[in-house]
Amino acid sequence: MHIPVHPVITPLPKLLVGCVVLLLGWAAVGVAGLLRPRSVRLAGRVLFPLGALIGLALAVLAVTSLLGGGIERMVLPIGLPGLPAHLRLDPLSSVFLALLGAAAAGISMFAGGYFRAGQGTAPGLLGLQYHLFLASMGGVLIAADAYSFLLAWEAMALTSYFLVVTEHRRAEIRRAGLIYLLMAHVGALAILLAFGVMHGAGPFTFHAMRSAHLSAGWAAAAFLLALAGFGAKAGLVPLHVWLPEAHPAAPSPVSALMSGVMLKTAVYGMLRVGLDLLGPPVWWWGLAPLALGLFTILYGALFAAVQTDMKRLLAYSSVENIGVIFTGIGLTIVFAGSGMPAVAALALLATLYHCLNHSMMKSLLFLGTGAVLHATGERNLGRLGGLIHRMPWVAWLTLIGTLAIAGLPPLNGFVSEWLLLQSFLFGDQVPHTFVNLLIPMGMALVALGAALAGYVMVKFYGVIFLGRPREASLEQAHDCGWLERIGLAWLALGCVALGLLPVQVIGALGRVSAQLLGAVVPQASAHSWLLAPVPGRPVSYGPAVLLTATVAVVLLTMWAVRLLYRQRVRRVSAWDCGFGALTPRMQDTAEGFGQPIRHLFQPFFEMQRELPAPQDSAPRYRISIRERIWTIAYEPLCTATDWVANTAARVQQGRISVYLLYSFVTLLVLLAVALLS
Amino acid sequence: MTHLPLDQQLLDSCAALLLLLSFAMLSQRRIVTLVNLYAVQGAVLAAATLLLAWRTGEDHLYLSAALTLALKVAFLPWLLHRLIRRLEVYWDTEPLLNVSGTMLAGLVIVVFAFALAQPITRLASTATRSAVGIAVSVVLLAFLMMITRRKAMSQVVGFLSMENGVFFGAMSASYGMPMVVELGVALDVLVAVLVLGVFFFQIRERFESLDLHHLESLKEHE
Repeated sequence: MHIPVHPVITPLPKLLVGCVVLLLGWAAVGVAGLLRPRSVRLAGRVLFPLGALIGLALAVLAVTSLLGGGIERMVLPIGLPGLPAHLRLDPLSSVFLALLGAAAAGISMFAGGYFRAGQGTAPGLLGLQYHLFLASMGGVLIAADAYSFLLAWEAMALTSYFLVVTEHRRAEIRRAGLIYLLMAHVGALAILLAFGVMHGAGPFTFHAMRSAHLSAGWAAAAFLLALAGFGAKAGLVPLHVWLPEAHPAAPSPVSALMSGVMLKTAVYGMLRVGLDLLGPPVWWWGLAPLALGLFTILYGALFAAVQTDMKRLLAYSSVENIGVIFTGIGLTIVFAGSGMPAVAALALLATLYHCLNHSMMKSLLFLGTGAVLHATGERNLGRLGGLIHRMPWVAWLTLIGTLAIAGLPPLNGFVSEWLLLQSFLFGDQVPHTFVNLLIPMGMALVALGAALAGYVMVKFYGVIFLGRPREASLEQAHDCGWLERIGLAWLALGCVALGLLPVQVIGALGRVSAQLLGAVVPQASAHSWLLAPVPGRPVSYGPAVLLTATVAVVLLTMWAVRLLYRQRVRRVSAWDCGFGALTPRMQDTAEGFGQPIRHLFQPFFEMQRELPAPQDSAPRYRISIRERIWTIAYEPLCTATDWVANTAARVQQGRISVYLLYSFVTLLVLLAVALLS
Repeated sequence: MTHLPLDQQLLDSCAALLLLLSFAMLSQRRIVTLVNLYAVQGAVLAAATLLLAWRTGEDHLYLSAALTLALKVAFLPWLLHRLIRRLEVYWDTEPLLNVSGTMLAGLVIVVFAFALAQPITRLASTATRSAVGIAVSVVLLAFLMMITRRKAMSQVVGFLSMENGVFFGAMSASYGMPMVVELGVALDVLVAVLVLGVFFFQIRERFESLDLHHLESLKEHE
């Protein structure tokens, strides 16, 4: 299975050196912010745009490396004694580096205009944390030994923790940060154990892990540990609980970076371990990420549909998208382990494509909410509305992201979901009974998830930007500044480009499947503009054709309408059922829009309703929705931990004799074990 | 009956004496006597080392013997006696476990130690290999003494006696540790006793007693 298509190892790792220099550049930009930590002008006008340029350069470099398809290695004489830092740049890390660079370019540009002097962390310090966060994510992607990887991984967790608690004076934000830090460390522990299993007896380099021969049981254990560790970072249900807390707590550019890029580093880790380090995967490993991914899709979409806080809504939408990505990983492994490399390559392609897409569109949407938050000071959907008139730039650019994430052609979200569904169609060919029956059913779940995602996005966009302003203060909302516009436009451009150029993107991503699976998918049909990636089946998709056709139909219809109804257009006020005075409160609300979902999928939610009495003169309707998972899993876990801790505390007697007795008994037991063995 | 050479017999007698002294310490409640017993144990240890040195011709064992004599027979007992006088602790209180019970537990431990030492005895090539069991017994008995005593002073003597056992074990299993390690351990013991002496004064000043159950009040309460 593992046939490196381009086994070329260039003598001088030019691109890798370039990467390292750029990552160090990010760190340097961060440190430069400490020169004048209180200066918003320095951080905003100079440092963040500089960071964006570095991101752009990194993306260009990574794409160059990807198109070259080669593998570059480097050993830096730093790190542990006997284990210097190994670095490696291959197609897989190039894809994710390109994602990091491209998303960071847009987000940093936006961040330059976003951060102001305020109650929280000083701008210079924030810039340091932000750029170290970026650099450590890059470090995760090029590390090629367990020590460097985990070092970068932990640096990433810590810097992002400090970014989440930027407004640390508020208690709920500190709480969100704590949950995040806790989950990050539990995940890191699982990853550490996975590496411990994988290295076998050899050194801790990835190279040694590839050639280590693990027994079937240990390999499966390593895979499941990695799934738990990377799943916790990515937000796979049931380890997703930190995500809806941390994303709304963080400042918007940080949310964008965490959701758009950091979650993808976990996906990278999963792919690296599952498809590269562990050698040829066993097919049934894939069932775990497949099942969890499918459940995560449904779960994330349902909870996104009932949120009333716009950033929480996006956080749950991220959970849903991570579900899509892990479903893709699961399918890849099932197919690869069943001797179907060409189909596995298709599923891998869908996975990687969705990673790229999500990094663009989710960053765009989080930045959009950031702009709205700055303009209005409001995160609650119930107090927004009609902002398209006040903030046209934000509204129109966010619309692109909204349509993309809803999976509408010809934008990018459609391409990856379409590819994923196409690979699902091969599920019946898996040579295992039941599995070949169940996989096509998973497709129905993916389709349901896509539909719900569309529903969520209609709610998100409709309630914030359309309709009439629900509060009088919204009339004062102002559009965002030019730095922010550049950032938003860059990401929107990314969405459009990824949607319109799938043939080229797939050609580039093919290097990864060639590296990991030894197979590529056919990228285009006889016509280079028509995407036909499915091996052996005549299906194709041409976004440019679709776009042209759509535009043509719309123009024709407009022309026809104008022609037919000329001079007969009447303008009247909206129909109000004879009530007479429509107020902005008489619009559909976020709660109202989510009601059918709440009703249909009641068992998922833990709801507390407060309904007013009929005679109430000032009626208030209140509903709070909680995840059942807290009461089912996490609260018992906390109680159990408390109990164990209290029980263990009884060991502390305060009597020296007893402590000595502990050592004595331990010694005796150990000696007895030595005696008996 | 097999005839052992004289030096072997003498070495075995030393080992037996060490074990006997350990039991004596375990049952002794007068602290002054305890320190004296410790000094005697040190003397027997020094004698055993000397015998072994003479027999094997290993030079560094002579040095070890001299060190043992100076430190464990002269200096430390003198230091401890001075501490006892200045702190006015002559008696330990009733041990946590009564003397006969302690002795019985000690017997069980000795059996266990000999069972434990068997594989080492079989593997070692030294003349004194049969003494390894005794060395382990001395260590464990000293540990037991530390557990059952209440006064800090007795525990220090237990700690020192344990070091004797370790030293004897190393000597009988492999003719002593490397010189550097032995010097290091000797220095450790010396420093430990000095530091503990300072602690005693602090503890007595705080609780007006050296009885360790006062330290229980330091426990973190819920």
